[in-house]
Amino acid sequence: MIPEIGHFALVLALAVALVQGSVPIIGAARGRTAWMDVARPAALLQLALISIAFLALMWAYVVSDFTVLNVVRNSHTAKPLLYKISGVWGNHEGSMVLWVLILAAFGAAVAVFGGNLPPALRARVLSVQAWIAIGFLAFSLLTSNPFERIFPAPLNGRDLNPLLQDPGLAFHPPMLYAGYVGFSMAFSFAIAALIEGRVDPAWARWVRPWTLVAWCFLTAGITLGSWWAYYELGWGGWWFWDPVENASFMPWLMGTALLHSAIVVEKRDALKAWTILLAILTFSLSLIGTFIVRSGLLTSVHAFATDPERGLFILLLLCLTIGGSLILFAVRAPAVQAGGLFAPVSREGALVLNNLLLVVACGTVFLGTLYPLFLEAATGDKISVGPPFYNKTFVPIMVPLIAVMAVGPFLAWKRADLAGVLSRLKFAFAAAVLAALGAVALEGGPVLAVLAMGLAAWLFVGTLAEWAGRIKLFRAPLGDSLRRARGLPRSAHGMTLAHAGLAIAMAGMTAAASWKVESVQTMQPGDSVELAGYTYRLDRVDQVQGPNYTSDMGQVTISREGRQIAQLTPEKRLYPVQQMPTTEAGIHTTGLADLYVVVGDPDDAGGWTVRIFHEPLVPWIWAGVLLMVLGGIVSLSDRRFRLGAPARRAKAPAGATAARA
Amino acid sequence: MTTGMVIGRRLAYLIPLVVFGILAVYFAWGLNPNRDPRALPSVMIDQPVPEFALPPIEGMEGPGLSAADLRTGEVTLVNFFASWCVPCRLEHRFLIELAMQDKVRLFGINYKNKPEEARDWLAKLGNPYGRIGADTTGRVGIDWGVYGLPETFIIDRDGRIRYRRAGQIDQQTLDETIRPLIRELSQ
Repeated sequence: MIPEIGHFALVLALAVALVQGSVPIIGAARGRTAWMDVARPAALLQLALISIAFLALMWAYVVSDFTVLNVVRNSHTAKPLLYKISGVWGNHEGSMVLWVLILAAFGAAVAVFGGNLPPALRARVLSVQAWIAIGFLAFSLLTSNPFERIFPAPLNGRDLNPLLQDPGLAFHPPMLYAGYVGFSMAFSFAIAALIEGRVDPAWARWVRPWTLVAWCFLTAGITLGSWWAYYELGWGGWWFWDPVENASFMPWLMGTALLHSAIVVEKRDALKAWTILLAILTFSLSLIGTFIVRSGLLTSVHAFATDPERGLFILLLLCLTIGGSLILFAVRAPAVQAGGLFAPVSREGALVLNNLLLVVACGTVFLGTLYPLFLEAATGDKISVGPPFYNKTFVPIMVPLIAVMAVGPFLAWKRADLAGVLSRLKFAFAAAVLAALGAVALEGGPVLAVLAMGLAAWLFVGTLAEWAGRIKLFRAPLGDSLRRARGLPRSAHGMTLAHAGLAIAMAGMTAAASWKVESVQTMQPGDSVELAGYTYRLDRVDQVQGPNYTSDMGQVTISREGRQIAQLTPEKRLYPVQQMPTTEAGIHTTGLADLYVVVGDPDDAGGWTVRIFHEPLVPWIWAGVLLMVLGGIVSLSDRRFRLGAPARRAKAPAGATAARA
Repeated sequence: MTTGMVIGRRLAYLIPLVVFGILAVYFAWGLNPNRDPRALPSVMIDQPVPEFALPPIEGMEGPGLSAADLRTGEVTLVNFFASWCVPCRLEHRFLIELAMQDKVRLFGINYKNKPEEARDWLAKLGNPYGRIGADTTGRVGIDWGVYGLPETFIIDRDGRIRYRRAGQIDQQTLDETIRPLIRELSQ
């Protein structure tokens, strides 16, 4: 019964979306307020209906209702509750329901918080949002119905892929989807602006915070996935340039560009058509990212089940959404008035450079990801594109980006004095030289890694210097500086945090890529191995029984100069239902490096294959990204964003918004 | 601004659309239902088996394996294996099933393996192979176009290669591809 309610709610949601996608936008064209007002209740109703569908599916998972095919395929009674719940989105059909749920939530957010938007713009935005919902609800209902029944019902399910039974990965898809789908807001606003033929700073003030929300989720989502790959796959790496990883990274790069170009629209009323194009492309890449693997277009280690019929539907949807919006762009964008002029050396100029570099970087990732498809279509040859390609193309683009990133925030709008700014960066330059020399002294090379460490220090100190300059740190009395820091807009603090976070993460990525040491050997219990100054002793390997798996759990003691530092318990698990082994790496972090141990297969003589990695600065990657997300959140708490209106008129609209909400 | 510049400006706004249009054509091609992005093409399909003659694994009874053994008018499965190859261990039970239950003629080529390790492995897991050739240098593997273990070939009655599987055999491949093909070729 409950699955049928869910199915029915999903069908009703499609009907509501059809209304929401037509009535308000026609009303906006004809200036009929009553028609436009349909949008808000419709958006809320849609969220309610899709929530019912989602909860119904979750219910089927929690009670292990094996009359539902989707539950049979992805669940098992012995599975812990957390993974019964995360199993809902651990498969194609369920993840689509989560996708439309998040889409509806963002639509409802416009309805609730959009009190101060011009009514016509709000009606159009919600209608466009509904078009997307129509496409994906139809896709879900016609090709990927999660509520399909099976008769006779089997006694137990086939269990969720054991690799996905992990706390990090339980929350990875919701975060990632919130990021992907969050960019639909910028997209809907872009389409609405193209229909209206008008882009103004008020528009940008709306687009920016929503893009930032999406960006924060996407950053966190990608990192969770990367972190999971790091400790769960047991390969000692955290990024593999796999098509699925790239698919999430491309909208991130484009969304980061969008975030920065929207600033120019808001502050200077320039780069309008470009910002609209970025908004369209960011969401387009999110769509391609969601579907590239499901359609069977490319292969990946984490592919969903593919189905050609489904692929055709996806292609149709992509053509309608992306093709349609680009046609609209080609027709309407030339009419969008260009705004304020600026000199090449200016804040605007730096942001344009940022945009160009990010878009080119995104282009190289796109080319690398799809090149195997292009080549196969042209010549029939099958190849795969791996890290060497990206090291040669993507990394060199990042170098100027980071170099300019430290300078940009110092520059004034319209026209800036480069010599004056560079003189304020002398500490950053000194730090860069010191860091590079330090890297040479400690590791000796390679050149690119030394350069990258210097750049990371340049960005870190340059970012802090800009912040210190704003609050006159060390130049004015401390109390004065603190007062200034409090007076500084939150978005300025946010930028400092995010840029400094990237510098830290970059140092981590460089060190991890360049100075990782590994050692693989067969060890008998009692054997010791020395790696990078640490001694690893395999004490024993025990058989352990988990809720739905058995495990060989090693115990490894790490010591340095005779002093015990940590005990790790790396595991090799076997999930009997799917006959699939997984690795659980044992990781001890010192803050400067991760000590990483993986237990492999036993040999006949009672020994075990043990892989040990010394991963320098990997913790900095996670810390840096955390700081970036924190910067985004601090920025979001800026009052200008919360009110969506200039700070001066803060009082009145705030009360009005609250009352209407 | 001249008219030409205006048109040029307008055309510039068409670039994203054109790029996407080209992409969409590639995507449409990629969705062709007969295309399996995981499949590895083999130039050996429908070709006669390459000439070779291999000795048996050192220290084992038996005749070794040569190309002539595959031209005796019987459908044959040829499996490249080694004791160091983990997926080979996983697919071994399917090979035993094919040889024992289905009575399929199954020959093995032991690829770049130390004889004593290969002997141990077969003694422990069972030996489903009617004949085994020891390709200690990997030379024959190159002639067959093998680039990873395990690989399995189906040879028809005329000694031509009709099917190649790169990677481990699983239940699905066995039921849906290998068994039907052997049945078809044996008729």
